[in-house]
Amino acid sequence: MKTGPSGRVYTEAIVHSPPEQFAADAPYQLAIVDLDTGGRMTVRVLGKEQEDRVRIGDQVVFVEDKDGVAYYRKQ
Amino acid sequence: MGCIIAIPKPRHAETCGRIVNLDILTYMRPVAIIGIGKTAFGAFPDRDLRSLAVEAVEHALSDANVSAATVQAFYLGNFAGPAFVGQNHLAPYVGAATGFDGIPCTRLEDACASGGSAFFHAWMSVAAGMYDLVVAAGVEKMTSQSTPRVTEILAGAGDMAGEGRAGATFPALFAMIARRHMYQYGTTREQLAAVSVKNHANGAKNPLAHMRKVITLEQAMAGKPIAEPLTVYDCSLISDGAAAVVIVPLEQAARHTSRYARVKAVAQTSDRVALDSKSDITEFPAVKSAGQKAYAMAGIGPENIDVAELHDCFTIAEVIASEDLGFVAKGQGGPFAAAGCTAINGRIPINTSGGLKAKGHPVGATGVGQLCDVVLQLRGDAGERQVPRHRIGLTQNLGGSGATCVVTILEAA
Repeated sequence: MKTGPSGRVYTEAIVHSPPEQFAADAPYQLAIVDLDTGGRMTVRVLGKEQEDRVRIGDQVVFVEDKDGVAYYRKQ
Repeated sequence: MGCIIAIPKPRHAETCGRIVNLDILTYMRPVAIIGIGKTAFGAFPDRDLRSLAVEAVEHALSDANVSAATVQAFYLGNFAGPAFVGQNHLAPYVGAATGFDGIPCTRLEDACASGGSAFFHAWMSVAAGMYDLVVAAGVEKMTSQSTPRVTEILAGAGDMAGEGRAGATFPALFAMIARRHMYQYGTTREQLAAVSVKNHANGAKNPLAHMRKVITLEQAMAGKPIAEPLTVYDCSLISDGAAAVVIVPLEQAARHTSRYARVKAVAQTSDRVALDSKSDITEFPAVKSAGQKAYAMAGIGPENIDVAELHDCFTIAEVIASEDLGFVAKGQGGPFAAAGCTAINGRIPINTSGGLKAKGHPVGATGVGQLCDVVLQLRGDAGERQVPRHRIGLTQNLGGSGATCVVTILEAA
């Protein structure tokens, strides 16, 4: 699956108990995004503050790809 | 001049756009479970994987009144022995220690449905006429690893090239499922907590359960978040444990015991592994099709089930399974549980053992453990948690976020 420039949040969750390799990132928000270019993808939501969090239906835009993880933020 | 051969038209049942050929049942032998055996589920620092599996198998053989030397094949469900304890080649490793004598010993891995898959394949081997006495078991030894490491190993049941790379854990995948179910159907945190309260109450009555602690709705609501919206009270336990069953052709069952259970149906199905590859994550197509196949094989419907063990790896999974298996309409699983319809004295008692939430979830053992728990109910041996009507029971064992499902329907002798 390729990242797209923008999409809409299909669902989301905030991970408090991470796998070993992402221990430093927690808590982090994951979202499954319906990309405007088509297809659905599991991504990270950038930011840790309450105002950074996304909800179902929110529009998000692509920020960067870091170590193979696609980051999006609320539009 | 060609000759015309009349081929009898097979009886078909439509299930989810797929076809079940019921005629296959006329060629396959009916099968019965004649023995069940379980270890307690829990954290056992002084026990290794092999000793747990051997204990469960020995209990099952003794319950069936048969000796290890008469067993003709062994199927062992295990998810991640190599990662959890550094041991591979597990089926002969356990089999030889049990006293099996040169027979085929095979491990099956289908994530948390490994035990169900071991049973499905064991059943096939007896139903097909290959063997007359077979053991299906499951085992997992998880507690020797730290929680972050266990979380990482379990995440391997998802798609590690996609969701896993983004940081999805299993609690996170089911949290995303719960969030969507809440959005589409209005399911609430209270309704999920009610599932946890009910399973804890049942587990407190089960001497083999990992957690024998009654909790209140307030406690369940105030749990530490694991993956929002799920808290620690929505998540099953990290456990050590093993379970085993002995199966034979139905016509031979009474030779061994009067306490057998007939296997009316068993169906294993599959779906895509990645959650983001599914169109609607509020239902599991593999659960729906396994349920429909099993009901068609058994010639019954959900209204005929007296007691069920469903795969509550997370509270939302029990809610969705109760919908996918037809116990309640789509989207209504939350209110159904909150109203007490799934309690021991409810309309359809679900997880009288305490479920994965309270009984514990040694993942490879779970599918076989569910069978043991339902057979106990069918025999009327479930003690304090015995359901009033106990002629027909169902188990549903789920792998990953719905990529494998095994549904079994059992009937009391």
